[in-house]
Amino acid sequence: MKVLANWSVRIGGAALVLLVLVALAAPWLGTVDPTLFDAASRDLRPGEAGEVTTLEGETIRHFFLMGSDSFGRDIYSRVLYGARVSLVVGISAALVALVFGVLLGLAAGYLRALDGPLMRVMDGVMAIPAILIAIALVALWRASLPTVILAIAIPEIPRVTRLVRALALSIREEPYVEAAVALGTPPARIMFAHILPNCVAPLLVQATYTCAFAILLEAILSFLGVGLPPDIPTWGNIMAEGRVQFVAYPHNVFFPGVFLAVTVLAVNILGDGLRDTLDPKMAKRV
Amino acid sequence: MYRFIFKRLLSTIPVLLVVAVLVFSLLRLTPGDPAAIMAGDAANAEQIERIRAGLGLDKPIVAQFGIWLGRVVRGDLGESFYFRIGVAELIRQRLEPSFALATLTILIAVLVSVPLGVLAAWRFGGWFDRALMGFSVMGFSVPVFVLAYLLIWLVSLKLGWLPVQGYRRIADGFMPFIQHLILPAITLSVIYVALIARVTRASVLEALGEDYIRTARAKGLSEMRVLVRHALANAAVPIATVIGIGIAILIGGVVVTESVYAIPGLGRLTVDAVLARDFPTIQGVILFFSFVYVLVNLLIDVSYVFLDPRIRY
Repeated sequence: MKVLANWSVRIGGAALVLLVLVALAAPWLGTVDPTLFDAASRDLRPGEAGEVTTLEGETIRHFFLMGSDSFGRDIYSRVLYGARVSLVVGISAALVALVFGVLLGLAAGYLRALDGPLMRVMDGVMAIPAILIAIALVALWRASLPTVILAIAIPEIPRVTRLVRALALSIREEPYVEAAVALGTPPARIMFAHILPNCVAPLLVQATYTCAFAILLEAILSFLGVGLPPDIPTWGNIMAEGRVQFVAYPHNVFFPGVFLAVTVLAVNILGDGLRDTLDPKMAKRV
Repeated sequence: MYRFIFKRLLSTIPVLLVVAVLVFSLLRLTPGDPAAIMAGDAANAEQIERIRAGLGLDKPIVAQFGIWLGRVVRGDLGESFYFRIGVAELIRQRLEPSFALATLTILIAVLVSVPLGVLAAWRFGGWFDRALMGFSVMGFSVPVFVLAYLLIWLVSLKLGWLPVQGYRRIADGFMPFIQHLILPAITLSVIYVALIARVTRASVLEALGEDYIRTARAKGLSEMRVLVRHALANAAVPIATVIGIGIAILIGGVVVTESVYAIPGLGRLTVDAVLARDFPTIQGVILFFSFVYVLVNLLIDVSYVFLDPRIRY
């Protein structure tokens, strides 16, 4: 496979596979329940040992690889479980943006009457900075996993729509589409069976970038205190709680920060690799 | 040219109108009483009643939009029930720090990224080029608040060179002003440097392949003059374009950076408003930021005429 021969794809992909495995295997990697706290183990430095009290009231010795926060919760466990949230939000938001973007983009690119009005609306959405749309929607709907995913996906829809529209506009001129029209193929079938399959490669690249952006945006929302509720361990939430004591205990901010940066970097590198191999035209543009 | 500016000005109206409809419908499409949502969690029945009358909620939705838009166009963004002050006045009070931060950020970003991009294009494929491209991917990936804490830790805590956070007005002296602002601006400029350097490199690279570059070299111009007067000058339009597109990233970055560095600007106001569920302020800030974004991109479109004499409208 040409794609797997690309080093960016290999490195970014390997880092992501590793992260997914770590997120899935979190319970067996020496973690405790990320919501457990113990007053006796508050503000431990990375590498110190302490104790945690389980839900059954049993006190066990625990090694705090990344230290603990001001409630005595294990940062290592919280960071590992936080990876689950980041990945779920990133991938779901990218999928939601993709589904809506494909539907709207195909409609605008193939059903010409819809093109003008639809794209004007998209221009309007794009004129509002993504973070503002997301935090306004979260403020309205109150934050929970589905609302955060939707709030992050919505500002990304216009970008996918524009891409699919542009592709549809050029593909609709191809002889095989003309042939399909001549045979009386219904428009829906032309859009989904003839145009959409030819958009897959650029869409995959776009989806990767959207996923990286969604992971970043989720962390920003949580960090600002407007994202997922504080009892859910997310990288942004861990950092938001750690920032108060940043001067004395920087590790609360650094460990989730490093995980976040490396994850986004891995997704972006994967995206660059996919772009170079799958979509040479796009690679030439930037 | 005036015809072009006029036409371009007209073309912003539909975009701004769509933005207005979106911001307006933000509240109306949500289940619940818009007046109660507007008033916030702490309002009493009398306040809610007054807002209901002001919004014209007994009239059809189109008429409500008309009333609202009429006020917005006159600069009346409603009243914040949390800050107990008009939203327009609130935005005016918080404008200076955000404007200063954004301006300094763009200044730093352009001064750093354009020379780097030109150099990378000049030595295309060399170690510097590869290093810059690697840095640029990192710049896109490291979240602005992670970078902010890294810089605070290094520059303010370990080295003790700059204050940790806070803001001083420029009226209270230039030195304290710049000391408090320089670290946030550097933090925020990193993603911008990554963006502009990438585009500068690509555009200069393209220009370097043109015939006039060969002519310029053949007639014995210094390499510096070839790069700046001939290659960079022809790459100015895409660079200006990406600065305009980057304003959206910049606004998002301002929101985050102001929170980390405790700068009392519009970004901090946005977060405070969301935490307090202060909808008149949220609506006002979104309208304001979108207006700035559209306006800056309009100015950049007009600037093409000056950046590239070949462009005639």
